[in-house]
Amino acid sequence: MSRLGKLGARLYSGEVSFDFVGRRRLWYVASAVVLVVAVVALFVRPLNYGIEFEGGVEFRAQTDNPSSAVAPMREAVIDTGLEDDPIVVSSGDDTVRVQTEGLSAGEIQTVTAALEQTGASSVSSDFVGPSWGQSVANRALLGLGVFLALVVLFIGFYFREWKMSLAAIVALGHDVLITVGIYALTGFEVTPATVTGLLTILGYSLYDTVVVFDKVRENTRGMASSTRRTYAESANLAVNQTLVRSINTSVAALLPVAALLYVGVAQLGSGPLKDLALVLFIGMAAGTYSSIFIATPLLVQLKEREPAVLEQSRRVAARRGDAPPPLAGERPSEPVTAGSASRARPMGTGSSGRSQPQRRPRSQRGRGR
Amino acid sequence: MAARNAPPARSRPGRVLLVLGVVLAAMYGFVVLGGEWKPRLGLDLQGGTRLTMQAEPTSGTGEITEEKMDEAVSIIRQRVDGTGVTEAEISTQGADQIVVEVPGEERGRLAEQVGQTAQLRFRLVWGQPMPGAQPQQPQQPDASPQPDASPSPQPDASPQNNRVAPTWAQRAAGASPSPSTSAEPSAQPSPDRGSSTDLEGAELLGWQPSDALLQRYQSYTCPAPGEADQQADNPDRGLISCDDAGNKYLLSPAIIEGTELSDASSGIPAAGAGYVVQLEFDDSATDVFGDVTAAINGTGKQFAIVLDGRVLTAPTVSNGAIRTGQAQISGNFTQESASALANSLKYGALPLSFTTQGVTVEGPELAEDALAAGVVAGLVGLLLVVVYCLLYYRALGLVVISSLLVAGGGVYAAVLLLSETMGFTLTLPGVAGLIVAIGITADSFIVFFERLRDEVREGKSLRTSVETGWARAKMTILAADTVTLLAALVLYIFAIGAVKGFAFALGLTTLVDVFVVFFFTKPLVTMLARTRFFGRGHPLSGLDAKHLGVDHIQGAVARKGRTAGGVA
Repeated sequence: MSRLGKLGARLYSGEVSFDFVGRRRLWYVASAVVLVVAVVALFVRPLNYGIEFEGGVEFRAQTDNPSSAVAPMREAVIDTGLEDDPIVVSSGDDTVRVQTEGLSAGEIQTVTAALEQTGASSVSSDFVGPSWGQSVANRALLGLGVFLALVVLFIGFYFREWKMSLAAIVALGHDVLITVGIYALTGFEVTPATVTGLLTILGYSLYDTVVVFDKVRENTRGMASSTRRTYAESANLAVNQTLVRSINTSVAALLPVAALLYVGVAQLGSGPLKDLALVLFIGMAAGTYSSIFIATPLLVQLKEREPAVLEQSRRVAARRGDAPPPLAGERPSEPVTAGSASRARPMGTGSSGRSQPQRRPRSQRGRGR
Repeated sequence: MAARNAPPARSRPGRVLLVLGVVLAAMYGFVVLGGEWKPRLGLDLQGGTRLTMQAEPTSGTGEITEEKMDEAVSIIRQRVDGTGVTEAEISTQGADQIVVEVPGEERGRLAEQVGQTAQLRFRLVWGQPMPGAQPQQPQQPDASPQPDASPSPQPDASPQNNRVAPTWAQRAAGASPSPSTSAEPSAQPSPDRGSSTDLEGAELLGWQPSDALLQRYQSYTCPAPGEADQQADNPDRGLISCDDAGNKYLLSPAIIEGTELSDASSGIPAAGAGYVVQLEFDDSATDVFGDVTAAINGTGKQFAIVLDGRVLTAPTVSNGAIRTGQAQISGNFTQESASALANSLKYGALPLSFTTQGVTVEGPELAEDALAAGVVAGLVGLLLVVVYCLLYYRALGLVVISSLLVAGGGVYAAVLLLSETMGFTLTLPGVAGLIVAIGITADSFIVFFERLRDEVREGKSLRTSVETGWARAKMTILAADTVTLLAALVLYIFAIGAVKGFAFALGLTTLVDVFVVFFFTKPLVTMLARTRFFGRGHPLSGLDAKHLGVDHIQGAVARKGRTAGGVA
C-alpha cells in the first residue's frame, strides 16, 4: 500500500504525471466507442423491463431446494388455470420466483395455496398494475430534470464557472448512458430500484467530479499572472494530484456496494438489493472514469477557447522558448503535454533516493525550465 | 477531559468533541425515553400487505384535489378499521395515490375491502334490458374478472392485461357471471298510501331518454371483460350500463344515491339462505323509494341498483310498495363480499375512483431473510472499508473506523428518533441506502486525509498541515456532500414508495457525515497530531515519511523536546 502512497507523492509533485488532458482524443474515442456500442445495444436489444413495468404478479416462494422445486411449482401454478404460462425460476439459495400475468386477489390466493402445497414454506406475492412502473419512471425522469437543473446551478454557483457545469453534466450523461447500455447488452432486469440507483449514480458521479474540479480551481487560481503552467497543465496536475484520492474514494465507495451486490445475489437471489447494488456498481465505476478522463479534459477544451487562457498559454510557451528546453520531446506549441513538461520519467523506474523539493513552498518550486 | 491537558491552541478539539458527545448523549437520552431500540421496519422487512391505489379523474367524480384525497384516506381508514385491522398505515403518496400498509398476516383481499369506489345509485330501468354482450365470451368466466366497474375508463386496460385490475363489483355479486339478485322488501308493504308526485325521485318515473341516448343504447355493446365501461356515471343523467351477465340496460337518472343511506350491514336473514346486504334509507330516500316501488308494483317494471356504473341487480316489485326505508340486496354474496360492500356503503363512497396499482404481500419469513441479508451486507461492507482504510492509512485508519462508528451511532439514533416522532420506517431500500452511505461517508475522511498528506508533502509540519489541509478539504467535502444531499432530496421528493426510503437514508447519512467530519474527525485528528506517534510520523501512523514518499516530515525531529505530548 505504501507504493500507492509513494506514487501519490510523486503524482502530487508532478514528478510522475499521467497525461490525462493531453491524450483526451484517446479517451474521447474510447468513450465514444463504448457509447456507440451502448446506443446500438439499446436499439438492438431493448431493455429487459421488470414486472413492475409490464404489470403482473410476482410470487416468491421459500423452499429448501429451489432448483428441484422449480418444475413441480411450475406444474402447480399452471394447474391453477392461468391463461399464460408463468415464468418460474430459482433465485438465491432458498427462493423460487414465479411471474404471472395480472391476477385477481382470489387467483393470487389460489396460486399461493398451490405453491404452499408444493412445498413452499412462505410465499410473498407482489401484484403490480401496468401503470405503476411507468409512473415510477415518469417521476424519475421529472426528478432527473430537476436534479440536473439544480446541479448546473450549484456547480455554476460554487465554482463560478458554467463551463465546469457543462463538463460535469456531459460526464454525467456519459455515465448514465454507459450504465443503461450495459443493461441493454447484458439483459439485466430493469426495475424501479434500478431507476433509483441510476439517479443515485448521478449524485455520486458528481461527487467525484466536484472533488477533481475543486483541485483544478485551486491550481488555476491566479494563473493569469503566472507563466509557469498553462491551464491545461494545471488541470492535468490537478487530476494527477487527486488521482490517489479518486482511487481511494472509489474503492471505499465500491466496497460496500460490492458487499451489497454479493449478499443481494447470493442470499436473496433478486430484488431491490441486487438491482440497486448492480446499477450503483456499474455507474460508480463509470463515474470515477469519467471524472478523470472526460470531465477535466472537456473542461480544458472549453476553457482553451477563452482568449485569456489562450493568451496565457502563449505567454507560457514564449517563456519556455527562452528557457533551456528541459526535455528533447518538449514542443512549446503543444502546451498540453504537462507530463513531459515537468521532470517526468516513466513511472515505476523512479528511485526514492532522488531529492524532492518539498521543503520549499510550492510557489518557489522550480520546474527546471 | 483531554482538552484540559492540551496546550492552548487556536482550535479547541476537546471542546468540540465534548459538544458532539453531549449531542449524541442527548439523542440516545431521547431514545431511552422513547424506550424503543429497534427502528420501525417496513413491510418488506417484517412481512405484511401493501396496497397502492391510483386515483383516476373521471367525469363522475371530477378533478383530483387534495381535499378529495384526504377524504378518501379517512374513508379508507374507516373501512380498514371496520375490517378489524388495527395497525394499518394509510397515507397519500404524490398527488394521486393512496398507500395502505397492513403489517403482519397476509391480507390478499385488502384491495377489495378498501379500494371500492362504492358509488351506489338506484335508477329506473327504461323499457326492458337487452342482451348486449359481445359474441366472444371467455371460456372461464369464473376466472376472469369483470371490467373495472368504476365509472372511469381504465386507460391501461387492454386485452393483454385484462386480468390486472379486477374490481369488486363482480366479487360483490359473487363469482357467478349471472347474479340473480333481487331486492326483496324486508318488511310489510303498506300499499294504501298514495304516491306523491312532487318528489324529484319519483318524478323520474316519467323520464324518457333522448333520441341520441336511445340510439346509443340500441347500438351499444357491453364491454368485454377487461375492457373499461366507457359510460360516465353521472347521477343527473341517463345511463347505459350492463350487468355481469352481459345484459344492457337503459337507466334513468338516479332516484336515490348511496349518500342517502343511513346504514348498511351484512348478514344472513332469518328466513334466507345466503348472505345479503341490508340497506337503510334516510327519510327523503325512504319516501322516494316508497313512491317508486308503489308506482312500479306489479307492472313488471324494474329498478336497478347500480354500483360504480355497473348494474348489480335489477329487481321488479311485486309485493307492494316498500315504505319501511329498508331494502336488501341478495345474491351470490360470500360473507366477505357482503361485509365488504356493506362496509363501503356505510362509510360512504370514495370521492374518487381508484384503480389498484399494486398489491404486495410479503411473507414474514422472506422478510426476515431480507432483513438478515441487509444486516450482513452492511457488516461486510463496513468490514471491507475498515480493512482497506487500515491497510492504506495505518493508524489513521483507526480515525476512519471511529468516525464511521460515531456516524453509525448518530444515524441509528436519528433513525430511532425519526421512527418515534415522524413515523419513519426502515425498508430494504433504506437499508441499502445506509450501506451505500458507508462508502460515501468514508469518502469524506479520505478527502480530508489525502489533503492532509498533500500538505505534509509540501513540507509543513503535521500540526500546521491539519489546519491548512482542513481549511481546503472542508470546502471540497461540503461541496461534494451538497451534491449528494441534492441528489437525495430530489430523489425523496420525486421518488415513489420504497425508493423514498433509500433517498431518506442517503440524505440522513450525508447530513450525519458532515456533522461527524466537522465535529469528530477533524478535532480528533487535531488532537492526534499533537501526539508523538502521529506528530513525529511513526511508521505505523500512516503519516510517516516513507509512506508519504517524502524524505522526512517537517517537525519530526525539531519538535523533539518541546512536544506538549500525551493528549490522547
